Amino acid sequence: MKKLLIGNHAVSYGAMLSRAEVIAAYPITPQTQVVEELAELCASGKLKAQFIKVESEHSAMSACIGAAQAGARAFTATSSQGLALMHEVLHWAANARLPIVMANINRAMAPGWNIWADHIDSLAQRDTGWMQFYAETNQEVLDTIIIAYKVCERVLLPAMINLDAFFLSHTAQSVEIPEQDMVDEFLPPYNPEIKLDPDDPRAFGGLLPPKYYMEMRCKLHSAHRNALKIIEEEEKNFFKIFKRKYGLVDEFYTKDAQIIIVTSSTITSTAREFVMRERKKGRKLGLLKVRVFRPFPFEKIRGALKNCEKLVVIDRNISYGNAGIFATEIKSALYGFRNVPVFGFVAGLGGRDVQLEDIEGMVDFARKKNFSKDEIWWGLKK
Amino acid sequence: MKENQKLPEIVVSSGSMKINKTGSWRNLRPEIDYSKCIRCMICWKFCPDACIKINKEGIKLAPRENLKKEPAPEIDYDYCKGCGICAEECPAKCIAMLKEKK
Amino acid sequence: MRLTIPEEEVLSSGHLACPGCGATLAMRLALKALGRDTIVVIPACCWSTIDGVFPNSALGVPVMHIAFEAAAIAASGIKAGLIAKGNTHTQVMAWAGDGGTFDIGIQALSGAAERNDDIIYVCYDNEAYQNTGIQRSSATPYGAWTTTTPRKHPKQEPKKNIVDIMSAHRIPYIATATIAYPEDFVRKFKKAREIKGTRFIHIFSPCPPGWKMKEQDTVKVSRIAVKSCVFPLFEIEDGKLKINIKPSRRQDVRDYLKLQGRFSHLKEEDIKRIQKEIDKNWQNLLKREEAHEG
Repeated sequence: MKKLLIGNHAVSYGAMLSRAEVIAAYPITPQTQVVEELAELCASGKLKAQFIKVESEHSAMSACIGAAQAGARAFTATSSQGLALMHEVLHWAANARLPIVMANINRAMAPGWNIWADHIDSLAQRDTGWMQFYAETNQEVLDTIIIAYKVCERVLLPAMINLDAFFLSHTAQSVEIPEQDMVDEFLPPYNPEIKLDPDDPRAFGGLLPPKYYMEMRCKLHSAHRNALKIIEEEEKNFFKIFKRKYGLVDEFYTKDAQIIIVTSSTITSTAREFVMRERKKGRKLGLLKVRVFRPFPFEKIRGALKNCEKLVVIDRNISYGNAGIFATEIKSALYGFRNVPVFGFVAGLGGRDVQLEDIEGMVDFARKKNFSKDEIWWGLKK
Repeated sequence: MKENQKLPEIVVSSGSMKINKTGSWRNLRPEIDYSKCIRCMICWKFCPDACIKINKEGIKLAPRENLKKEPAPEIDYDYCKGCGICAEECPAKCIAMLKEKK
Repeated sequence: MRLTIPEEEVLSSGHLACPGCGATLAMRLALKALGRDTIVVIPACCWSTIDGVFPNSALGVPVMHIAFEAAAIAASGIKAGLIAKGNTHTQVMAWAGDGGTFDIGIQALSGAAERNDDIIYVCYDNEAYQNTGIQRSSATPYGAWTTTTPRKHPKQEPKKNIVDIMSAHRIPYIATATIAYPEDFVRKFKKAREIKGTRFIHIFSPCPPGWKMKEQDTVKVSRIAVKSCVFPLFEIEDGKLKINIKPSRRQDVRDYLKLQGRFSHLKEEDIKRIQKEIDKNWQNLLKREEAHEG
């Protein structure tokens, strides 16, 4: 069934169709409709879940950790400051290897207060051990939540589905809502073998001395590496049922492109528009959307960038004192493989619009130069 | 199987701390004088280390005939840390704390 | 033989508690009362060490360790997970120290209590951050030495009244307990087990190294705390307060203080001030009980 859905409701539907069993969430702009819709769905009986209306995001994640350790499918959603407050227990969820799925509405960090889109909130959680997906459309948001549960429960890792504040969260798009029985066919009930169980009493997360600590962390890292393969497998399974696929990355005219634009999230749609316009003019421009950021799809990225001459990476984030994070990681993927000039643009922070003309300007900039040592802050006031 | 492979995928326990013989921590050793012990089990009740066992057969040495077949407390020296709560709380004052020979 | 508390040992020997640890005897008694159909949640506190080292555990029931400030909500999450999976019988007990309850964990605890989440929350109160090496907490009493309240400047503020705070949440069951009265202790946990909603049990839990006292005095100090009304034993059921032990003659607080090196620097005027505070609290408690009876 097709329905006009805002991104936040796509999140709620994704959680409902995944049959989340425990939901714990705390409202924050621009995520509030996720919580409101889930409360409605629970109250109406459409979703049979335990909904804990917690007093903070730290508690939202801690409740999910408890629920998942007890063997239930847990869900939460947050944004920005809320995600930052969760930081400690994000590590906990990943180190405990709990398959929790969370939607994060990407929003800038204060001060000053800013409720609009950028990616610093989620990228600051890069090293917590969570898988990170960045969605371009509301359909992708809904589908990715379902796919993420399947992957998480296979590899024992949590996943964060990121969507841009307002550009997706509050924007209605036509979304195909999958039938429940088809989702059930794809995603079986979650029944882990080892959980909190008085018939099999075990202690979870106790004292872990140096003798074992590294081994356990290496297992977490290996799970990430393995997840690359599992995500692809499950995307194939998803495609068989729903005829939609997304990939670790999405390549658009990359094969013969001289310049490839690298994006994530909603800027991708604008860049895609620009690439199509340029292609009509016969200009060899391509686009690479990085959809899965953790685990980082090194091989896919190398494959997509094997022929181009220059790269334009658009970062809606900044790692202060270094550069845009996607640009930095793309460079690390290319090290020892290809020496291609990477033009890293920092753009769209705090919800500033990145329009066709901006992307055109970035590509022009790259065409004219051979090299840029530093990142370029795009559109700063003169 | 290699050691790393034997480790579980997640940080979860698979055994009991009973492998840890805390008796080696002890400086003072409680000794029950069964000729005075009235089998009240107060020592058992207050042991933080759960290392006073109940000997259901009874112990022949007892202050009174009828106590010989009563269950008696027995200290498990594998685990006793020698805190001395048992001696302090014993109403018959029949537990002595003796210097542990090392 | 007439045992006055359950015989079965759920907590095993071999754990890592200091000799004479009050918090450990408390756990042993609590699990005797609650039995094996119990899940324990432990935030950062002495007990995150006492339970043991990977891959072993001393508790004999399922345990989930969790971050310092999250004991209550992690327990709520577990309970919700169990219910979602059709298990309505297993008790979930959060087991936190005074730091995790009075201080860093009070937000999550207040949240759980306001929602009346179906958990047992236990605070074993050893009156300072003992696991990190005896730093003051808001549960540290007036006049006490800790490493952050040195003898020249001991703690100036009275202990926070956590029971009043929990009582203001109107939860169905609140009790105080101590290891010196195991029968009372076990009875309260068994009663808590039969009640639905948030149940809060405040345990007085002496710490020999932190209180600078003899290891063998743990139970004795607990008993004097009750007899001197430093730590009265009472219950609040559906808002109704009942004092469990009323000493016919209240023991002098000096008997309590002199066993503990953390109070050895106190002057006569300090002791008088402490006694006055105890008297006032006791009178308030008696009045509150009387009001509920009337």
